[in-house]
Amino acid sequence: MLVNRKLILAHFWLAFAVFGIALTLGAWQMFIRSPIGTWLSNPELYYRSLTAHGTVMGYVFPTLVAMGFGYAISESALQQRLVGVRWAWAGFWLIVAGSIMAVIPIALGRASVLYTFYPPLIGNVFYYLGVVLVVVGSWFWVALMSINLRVWRKAHPGAPVPLAMFANVAGSYLWAWTAVGAALELLLQIIPVAAGLKSTIDAGLARVFFSWTLHAIVYFWLMPTYIAYYTIVPRAIGGRVYSDSMARISFILFLVVAMPIGMHHTFADPQVGAGFKFIHSAFTALVALPTLLTVFTICASVEIAARLRGGRGMFGWIRALPWDNPMMLALAFSFVMLGFGGAGGLINMSYQLDASIHNTQWITGHFHLIFGGAIVIMYFAIAYDLWPHLTGRELIDVRLMRTQLWLWFVGMIVTTFPWHWVGILGMPRRMAYFDFGDPAIAPQSLSVTLSAIGGFVLLASGIIFIVILARGMRAPQAEAGPYRFALAVHEPKTVPVALNTHALWVALMIALTLTNYGYPILTLALTEGTSVPAVYVGAQ
Amino acid sequence: MSTRDLFTFSNPHFTRGVGITAAILIVTAIAGFIVLPFAQPWVQFANVWDAICSAAGVPQRAASVTAPEQAKRLSGVVLTSNTLSRPSQEAIGRGATLAQRCAICHGPTGISRADSPNLAGQYAAVIYKELHDFRSGARTNAVMSPFAVNLTDQEIADLSNYYAYLPRLPAYHPTPQLPKPSIVIYGAPMRGIAPCGACHGSLDNKTGSPWLEGQSEAYMKAQLQAFASGERRNDISQQMRNIARAMTPQEIEQAAAYYASQPPDVVKAVD
Ligand code: HEM
Ligand SMILES: [Cu+2]
Repeated sequence: MLVNRKLILAHFWLAFAVFGIALTLGAWQMFIRSPIGTWLSNPELYYRSLTAHGTVMGYVFPTLVAMGFGYAISESALQQRLVGVRWAWAGFWLIVAGSIMAVIPIALGRASVLYTFYPPLIGNVFYYLGVVLVVVGSWFWVALMSINLRVWRKAHPGAPVPLAMFANVAGSYLWAWTAVGAALELLLQIIPVAAGLKSTIDAGLARVFFSWTLHAIVYFWLMPTYIAYYTIVPRAIGGRVYSDSMARISFILFLVVAMPIGMHHTFADPQVGAGFKFIHSAFTALVALPTLLTVFTICASVEIAARLRGGRGMFGWIRALPWDNPMMLALAFSFVMLGFGGAGGLINMSYQLDASIHNTQWITGHFHLIFGGAIVIMYFAIAYDLWPHLTGRELIDVRLMRTQLWLWFVGMIVTTFPWHWVGILGMPRRMAYFDFGDPAIAPQSLSVTLSAIGGFVLLASGIIFIVILARGMRAPQAEAGPYRFALAVHEPKTVPVALNTHALWVALMIALTLTNYGYPILTLALTEGTSVPAVYVGAQ
Repeated sequence: MSTRDLFTFSNPHFTRGVGITAAILIVTAIAGFIVLPFAQPWVQFANVWDAICSAAGVPQRAASVTAPEQAKRLSGVVLTSNTLSRPSQEAIGRGATLAQRCAICHGPTGISRADSPNLAGQYAAVIYKELHDFRSGARTNAVMSPFAVNLTDQEIADLSNYYAYLPRLPAYHPTPQLPKPSIVIYGAPMRGIAPCGACHGSLDNKTGSPWLEGQSEAYMKAQLQAFASGERRNDISQQMRNIARAMTPQEIEQAAAYYASQPPDVVKAVD
């Protein structure tokens, strides 16, 4: 039951429009700092572009996808009209306003601070206010997801919450809490300086606040993808979810352990004690657990589909899978990229190994593979799956969809594998210009050139994606029927209260945040003399 | 089903969830705060509490070591991008009066006819810093130092504001404009040299760095050589010495000749 289709479509269209722009900037960045581009001799333009690319890809695009998908889940999984539609539109318009407010100073070169803010570098105050508006808009969504679930519970006392909605609300709570770190950094530290009320800033504390957001935001990006793994893919390929409880446990684990681990982003920072770094590193290891559970459950679910289609043998069933189905293809590509990305992640999370790849191109290679690859390819799949239900028109061009997914996969591998490699060789990230004429780095030209070519393949894939969706708006009308989610092998009749509600897990998430962040934040905040003068972008 | 049944020890999910989480936390805390600190043979701890404090990152005072004596004075100027912003008309007027003493070398309009630096329209923070450095002895020059030693803080601020206020006129050594040498536009990343304009005003300005367009070629060359040899050392944190040392003599000549030939209109405006 998708009633508010316009609302959902608005979120998706805005998401993919800004994605298209940011993707173009990304390809340009890759090209301009590679040996095949001619350097334009102004690093400022590069950082302008990088700030726009990172801000859109990190904050605006995934948030809009999660929101649009969340509204769709709420209506179709709960079979209930969305409560608070006006608030949902208000949240959407806040995001539009915030994005415009942020992008103007970026375009003028007044906020080239990169999406991680980099204090004591301080840009124009409207950039930060714009980001705050985007986050506030998304909090409207968090509240609405919670309210809609509550309304549904009232009408269905004791009934198991549909898995898609359970996971969706878990993701929204995770986002609500993890965004607090960056919000504190912006409101208490950066905005007062950017507005001219203060001229010094405690950069170490700011980095700790940001790390509070920086890890769990990754799992917020990942939520729509995992929801699609569990609740869309099995249905789309004609199978069933192997275990409903396993799915719930995975989402619960994300809620609890994705949050108190962000200090693995500050391993190289002197202001955090080594003991806390160790705890965060150990908890980071735990976060692999829900991903392993997911990989297992989804492979089992896929095997069920294959066997239902007559697949046999130990591995022979793999051939029986519907490989011409874009959803199947997207899932397989996503898993391959998740596998490689996850392996790289093990290196990042190890306190010692991290030292060798810290701040190198390895890091950017890593998160493009996981985020731009494994996660975003499922965003495409979600859009393809939902589109007919949103537009009331059929998406006919299945072959083009397959081409698009193939291009994204191949492009991502070609881009990110050499990207990791040059990182291992020591190439720093966030540099605007490399002198490949110098014998010391000349051997890296080939790798960087490959990455740049991969970037254009990705751009081509992104354009095809948008063309497919746009053509889908004009295709002949066809009623797609109600939007359904995958059923479990054993559909739950009752679910223990702990697996049907979020309160316990949210409480644990907050408790672990206090234990793992409380002391470092308090000491940094209370120690005198830890602030440094702000450095204003473009100031004289 | 209500939260009353959830948050109670008779609920196995609650007991196990909280128990396992707490157990992991305790085990990792013991490992991180006690076991691992003592596993480092190169660090000595007085007792367990000492190790815990160290692992928690409790701020500690460093043992009182006195800084080594500097053979020469270094710059003591503190500059933020707010130093000297928004001067009053009176301040500029006072600066104009004081500046009459400077005109012999720096020119009545702030454009030098000799090889002294042009000051017209220079960033205020730059003049402020150099005058302070001349006064403290962090920078020395046989002609300039005697003028600076007797200036008060107020006079330095007024002079800086006055010169910053003057229009940026083209300089007196109009050479035909030269093409940009690569050291200026690209720097030399492998030697740690950023493009000059990244600090000196044509791309971006970092507080305390002067813009250079139209300065005397001989003057700039001499300064770069002085930075390279360490004879001049009032740059904060060796920012300019590190660059000048890594430049080749040809690059120094190219950069000086190039900047001398440029008109001042590419310089970023002060706001
Ligand atoms: C879904 C696709 C993508 C996502 C989600 C994404 C996300 C991001 C993010 C969050 C950053 C960090 C910005 C920063 O360090 O401040 C970044 C940096 C960057 N991205 Fe992307 N990106 C995507 C696609 C691309 C593509 C297709 C290219 C082109 C090959 C690209 C090239 C770059 C480059 C060159 C950087 C800067 C790396 C550095 O210098 O540190 N990105 N991207
Ligand atoms: Cu992380």
